[in-house]
Amino acid sequence: MNEANNKLDTNTFIKGLWKENPVFVQVLGMCPVLAVTNSATNGMAMGLATAFVLIMSSTLVSLLRNFIPKQVRIATFILIIATFVTVAEYLIQAISIDIHKALGAFISLIVVNCLILGRAEAFASKNSVGKSILDATGMGVGFTFALLCLGGVREILGTGTFFGIQILGASFEPWILMILPGGGFFTLGAWLLLFNYMKERKAAKMQEATA
Amino acid sequence: MNVLNKTLEIRTSPHLKSAVSTDQIMMHVVIALVPTTLFAIYAFGLAALLILSVTTFTAILTEHIYCRLNNKETTITDWSAAITGLLLGLTLPPALPLWMAALGSVASIALVKLLFGGLGYNIFNPALGGRAILQAAFPVAITTWHPAFLADRFSSIPSSSFAWPFTTGTYDAVAGATPLGNMKFNQVSTDVTDMAMGLTSGSVGETSAVLILLGGAYLVARNMMNWKIPVVIFITVAILSGIVNFFNPNTPTPMFMLLSGGMMLGAVFMATDMVSSPVTDRGIIAYSVIIGIMVTVIRLWGGLPEGMMYAVLMGNAVSPLLNRSLKSRVYGTGKKGGAK
Repeated sequence: MNEANNKLDTNTFIKGLWKENPVFVQVLGMCPVLAVTNSATNGMAMGLATAFVLIMSSTLVSLLRNFIPKQVRIATFILIIATFVTVAEYLIQAISIDIHKALGAFISLIVVNCLILGRAEAFASKNSVGKSILDATGMGVGFTFALLCLGGVREILGTGTFFGIQILGASFEPWILMILPGGGFFTLGAWLLLFNYMKERKAAKMQEATA
Repeated sequence: MNVLNKTLEIRTSPHLKSAVSTDQIMMHVVIALVPTTLFAIYAFGLAALLILSVTTFTAILTEHIYCRLNNKETTITDWSAAITGLLLGLTLPPALPLWMAALGSVASIALVKLLFGGLGYNIFNPALGGRAILQAAFPVAITTWHPAFLADRFSSIPSSSFAWPFTTGTYDAVAGATPLGNMKFNQVSTDVTDMAMGLTSGSVGETSAVLILLGGAYLVARNMMNWKIPVVIFITVAILSGIVNFFNPNTPTPMFMLLSGGMMLGAVFMATDMVSSPVTDRGIIAYSVIIGIMVTVIRLWGGLPEGMMYAVLMGNAVSPLLNRSLKSRVYGTGKKGGAK
């Protein structure tokens, strides 16, 4: 295993927020991204629940990385993740039964979110505990940020509110489409467009600077 | 090789090229739409004129800006954007707030046409795609109808037209129900002659069946439209609704089905879109039958009174599949003798 670089650098954390953002750059875990982001509250709750599971399971996978036999690692990861998803599900139920109802089956489906399994397989099982926690926190915050971006836009256009507070006037005509599944695809497409545009512009600037 | 290329044009068949170009076809489509458009303005007055100008202008502007942003030569000169805008305007209710009409026009051109690669690459008919987006976004506004032939239609504009962007329109006139809405929700039929002449309420350009057919006949005479598509759609709808009407006289008659709502406009000008319909003869028949079945099913048993838009979009969605599965037999191969 490659553990030569065990230095805790900020890049491990930062890359999840922007350069390797799980939603806008890696396009991972699309099922909850499209399904539950019809309001900012739901988006943030889903993001935080996923981040919790991600951080906890990454920590445990990293701690156990030298004990897990290679042949059964995927099954072990899933078992660890499922444990924390159960914890998250009961936590949400205890905090707010409304959010639990709104998110529905998608809380249990965090188990199969490829972002979490991807980080366990690609990062936590090969790096020290400290680095894994940093990486998982970065990815979790990036995921929550992305879901909040989607949920915010969809809630503002779809109902004229933000976190349930009326921000556009009473005569605002809601775009019902935005809180339907189709709106999720449109909004995600628009955000991806923005991210790719910014990336391209940055690359062009870098090229200009070196040339 | 280079020498050869300069003197000889080497290419696969077809070697005979038609002289008809895109902008010529589009010009003839515009001519075919003239009677429908003029009648729409006559029936709904300034409201129709405004909505048609807004959708057409916004469509052209969107296409021009998109081409500029991509450093391409502008494609508005082939008139296809203008036609998309005009067709979208003809499918909208006359008193729809103009900002919604403009939004639909942007969606038609940018989302449904240009993002798929522009003219010739779009899977769905752009005008209907834009209308479907509007229907999903503003289900109430797009089903609020405006009565036709109001006395003051050339001097006043419905106040809902000038609603500020992002706000709901206030409707002043008593909303007029369309024949389909009356049939579905009040079980009241409308006189067939009125519907054929366009004396009913409805979307801007869908009311006059006769004038739409006239425009279609002009395009067929110019050999710029496949007459099989509307004919097969009409036959399918007539047979299906005839059977249902025979067993249950409360359902609309075949004549009512053909003359009401967007049936004529959809079958003649939307389903026949050369880009989003299949290319083979068998494919075209299957495509038209699918549209006919879908529109009858949605109208008779669906929640919405009108189903032409979704039926045509569904036909568009399956046409790549039809192109692949219903290929014409290449001469000299296959079952009928020929080389084995």
